[in-house]
Amino acid sequence: MAEYRITRHPILSIPERKEVTFFWQGQKITACEGETIASALFASGIRVFGHHHRDGSPQGLFCANGQCSQCMVLAGGMPVKACMELVKPGLDVQPLEGLPSLPEDDAPAPAQPVREIETPVLIIGGGPAGLSAAVELGKRGVPAILIDDKHRLGGKLVLQTHRFFGSSQAVYAGTRGIDIATRLEKEARQYECVQFWTNSTALAVFSDHKVGVLKDGMEYMLVRPQALLVASGAREKFLPFKGNTLPGVYGAGAFQTLVNRDLVRPAERLFIIGGGNVGLIAGYHALQAGIQVVGLAEALPECGGYKVHRDKLARMGVPIYTSHTILSANGTDFVESVTIAQVDERFQPIPGTEKSFACDCVLIAVGLDPVDEFFHKAVEFGLPAFAAGDAEEIAEASAAIFSGKIKGLEIARHLGYTDEPIPPEWQVTGQVLKSKPGQVSAETPPSERTGVVPVFHCTQEIPCDPCSTLCPKNLISLSTVDIRSLPRFIGTANSCGGCERCLAGCPGLAITLVDYRRDPDMPLVAIPYEFTRESIAEKDRVLLLDTHGTPLGQAEVVAVHSVKRNDRTLVVLVRVPADYATKVAGLQIQPPEVTQPLDEVVDHLADDTVVCRCERVTAKEIRKLIRAGCRDINEIKAVTRAGMGACGSKTCSSLIKRLFREEGVPLSEVREGTRRPLFVEVPLGVFAGMQDQEE
Amino acid sequence: MPGVKPQHYDVIVIGAGSVGTPIAMNLARAGVKTLVIDREASPGQGSNKRAIGGIRATHSDPAKIRLCMRSLEIFSTWQEVYGDDIEWVKGGYVFVAYRPEEVKILKDLLVIQKQYGLNIDWLPAADLLALIPGLNPDGLLGGTYSPDDGNASSLLAQHAMYRQAVSAGAAFRFNEKVTGLDTTGGRITGVETDRERYSADVVINAAGPWAANVARLAGLDIPVRPDCHEAAITEPVARFFSPMVVDIRPAADSSSYYFYQHITGQIIFCITPSPNIWGEDMRETSQFLPLVARRMVDIMPRLRNIRVRRTWRGLYPMTPDGFPLVGWAKEVSGLIQAAGMCGQGFMLGPGLGELITRLVLNRTTEDDEETLSYMNPYREFTGQELLK
Repeated sequence: MAEYRITRHPILSIPERKEVTFFWQGQKITACEGETIASALFASGIRVFGHHHRDGSPQGLFCANGQCSQCMVLAGGMPVKACMELVKPGLDVQPLEGLPSLPEDDAPAPAQPVREIETPVLIIGGGPAGLSAAVELGKRGVPAILIDDKHRLGGKLVLQTHRFFGSSQAVYAGTRGIDIATRLEKEARQYECVQFWTNSTALAVFSDHKVGVLKDGMEYMLVRPQALLVASGAREKFLPFKGNTLPGVYGAGAFQTLVNRDLVRPAERLFIIGGGNVGLIAGYHALQAGIQVVGLAEALPECGGYKVHRDKLARMGVPIYTSHTILSANGTDFVESVTIAQVDERFQPIPGTEKSFACDCVLIAVGLDPVDEFFHKAVEFGLPAFAAGDAEEIAEASAAIFSGKIKGLEIARHLGYTDEPIPPEWQVTGQVLKSKPGQVSAETPPSERTGVVPVFHCTQEIPCDPCSTLCPKNLISLSTVDIRSLPRFIGTANSCGGCERCLAGCPGLAITLVDYRRDPDMPLVAIPYEFTRESIAEKDRVLLLDTHGTPLGQAEVVAVHSVKRNDRTLVVLVRVPADYATKVAGLQIQPPEVTQPLDEVVDHLADDTVVCRCERVTAKEIRKLIRAGCRDINEIKAVTRAGMGACGSKTCSSLIKRLFREEGVPLSEVREGTRRPLFVEVPLGVFAGMQDQEE
Repeated sequence: MPGVKPQHYDVIVIGAGSVGTPIAMNLARAGVKTLVIDREASPGQGSNKRAIGGIRATHSDPAKIRLCMRSLEIFSTWQEVYGDDIEWVKGGYVFVAYRPEEVKILKDLLVIQKQYGLNIDWLPAADLLALIPGLNPDGLLGGTYSPDDGNASSLLAQHAMYRQAVSAGAAFRFNEKVTGLDTTGGRITGVETDRERYSADVVINAAGPWAANVARLAGLDIPVRPDCHEAAITEPVARFFSPMVVDIRPAADSSSYYFYQHITGQIIFCITPSPNIWGEDMRETSQFLPLVARRMVDIMPRLRNIRVRRTWRGLYPMTPDGFPLVGWAKEVSGLIQAAGMCGQGFMLGPGLGELITRLVLNRTTEDDEETLSYMNPYREFTGQELLK
């Protein structure tokens, strides 16, 4: 039964967990104590949780975040979201086929008053931005409440196993996301004036300046802050394509939650749509979790993410199809294959270029939108409000850490707790961290063939500096004023001692060391390796690849070792002819047949491109209205129900705008849809002061 | 626009909502050249979309009973006649009584209601419990049940009527705000908006909560004042009851509230705050959910487990006595008020659309005249609607 659990991981430790058994359709399922029903089902290979009441379409996990209700199941007769509800011993879980019946729970229960409290600051979101703001507020003695809807603080940092870019001095660059989360939380928690409410969700900002909060997942409270900081992060954009709601089509957030939080493999063969950092990183995480990555398609001619992230995938043998788009996800009850095609300069698929690949998961990572509705409501209602991190502007987590820090100080100033000015250098660093990746220059391998030579496969300006801070001899130089400049080796022959710290600490895994000391014709190349120790051994034959994934030749592994004072990155040593030693950037870690297209293109005949997945509204219905002259998103909602579903239009609102653009209607002509409370669905009894019995 | 002759319409309706759209549909069908102007971007975006969808003839006065009986006929046969699904359900209405005071009010009204031919009766508690599983039996004394009442989607009905109006030839201008009413010698001659100027023989004020502002453009003061109610909708569950349940008991911060299970399985509910919240503010308040939730879970405890999905506020264009203001203005000829629906514009709309068309065409019947007399804008406002 445990065949879909991750039992070995190069970065994450696998905790010992107590076994719990429960029942799915009467069949015994072994789960781990403390995990969600959804993860337990996935771990047993169950990915379809029921069928939609409108059209019978298969339903399963989608957001893995409690925001939609696609994963609803009946647990002990109660309809619950499987991604939020934890397993209990002996629990009877049934698929939800159609609509659930409301349990006949008719015993009267008295209503209780709803508690109201006041606080100088309320922070919504305990990710990098919220925690950093809490630190600055805490330092200045400003009482604050930070709420976060997860059990663990850190936001999306807790799902990130890779080392972060950015500035080592300002934002923990070179440290893994999960470890940054722990450090930030520890730092924030040392201030007694800041309270942390985990498992607590903001439901609405009201016109009387109160914020409705579901505390501990069970108690409804009204919090009245003097200032509100919205650090609620981002939500993923989605795409309209045929079969886009088949179970097995997920966003990166859901995928990373299953893999990196719950240690469950939601797929065996993954195809990624979107070459931004999120998609690239998710691909890397998949490989680390032992999931094969069949390929990645990006509509633009180049991936938008950091080149080093792209290269990481490419040199492990993942093909990257730029100027390609997804046509369909195919399968009956879950994803069995994906069909992509090349696009022309107007992003239209070019007939005859279609390719299909066998896969059981299509991961959509096509950009993020700020979760900024609380901020806008607060501004509309005249409640002093600030936004930080992705809720303000989509950027890297390092930028979110810094924007939270700035906003924390701004709020302390606003409330009169301090009059210290925002240091001008903070603003500069904040801007640098938010900067988009720069131009790519050609790789210039060092010509020196003596001693130990570090090779930087890092050719794009991004805000990142760990290599320069890690070298014990200070032989790696970046421009001191701008950490976006490319690293340069400033040592002379024989000055590098080959300690490998730069190599192991580079977030892009983009440094190799070529050691000519023993044999200048067959130097030893040290390659960073972040997969399990068991996956590679001395004497293994490996295929060496250059930065772009082009094969250079076979080599035998000479040794595998870890680096002192470094966590979990391994170093693989191979002996390579001198003429291409400096080109070696990585080694292929999945067999080439994984990435082969199917012999036949899989046609997807059904016109099942869904825009509103909660209410099953198709793109066709919405296009028809747009073509008939509709220019009001509220009217689309009124006529089709798009946006009326459980998720509160979190997924379809950006898709509807996309359809308007595709139909050639400028968004300036379109009336924006009205956003209404609640942020997530909550049982009525909770508002009557009853504590939610589900928890 | 000097020099350019404004486009002429026989009738201009101000407001493409629950009242304005059915008026336009009927006028256009009667061959009247009709224009509807609305400041929102599409039909029904003012108060119509905020209506929870209840349609009843169970009122306390003959005018509304007669109009709504006609509306019920139109709603209930719409799909047969026009083909559009407007989510009509003949679910009935139940007014529950948990105190002798409500027993008396409801039983007294039954007399008038029956006199006007309404299918309504008193049900003892046991029968109500069978009709509405989960209703709190504790202290339930019974209630009225009118099985021919029902509910429909205000959104879908509005759009269905809008499409009919358009295909019958009515013109609609959206995103256009009326800024002036033109009069010459005490007679209406046209309408000015922030974009254009139109001439017309007749102007109909169907501006809902904003009707007093429109009337003021013609120098008239009509006693229509919006107050604010808040409503919500839940997740869907398998249907387990059909009627709209109305509880008219006053409580600490609210008067009546009502809820029903829509055809989608979702529960929709609404409450009347007490004292009323006057004004046009439609921004969400923190009071609403705790206020309504305690009453809902008291009357139907199992609702504690149903998840609330979305809330919104809407305006009731109230009049001093709780009855609409419908009829020709005396001071300005050519102006018809179709205002002050007191939160019942959706259910009154279709019946009213026909009546006002007859009024415009000078084809009113004796019954119409009686109906109109109850809604006369110049009445004394001495009575008081008991089932607001």
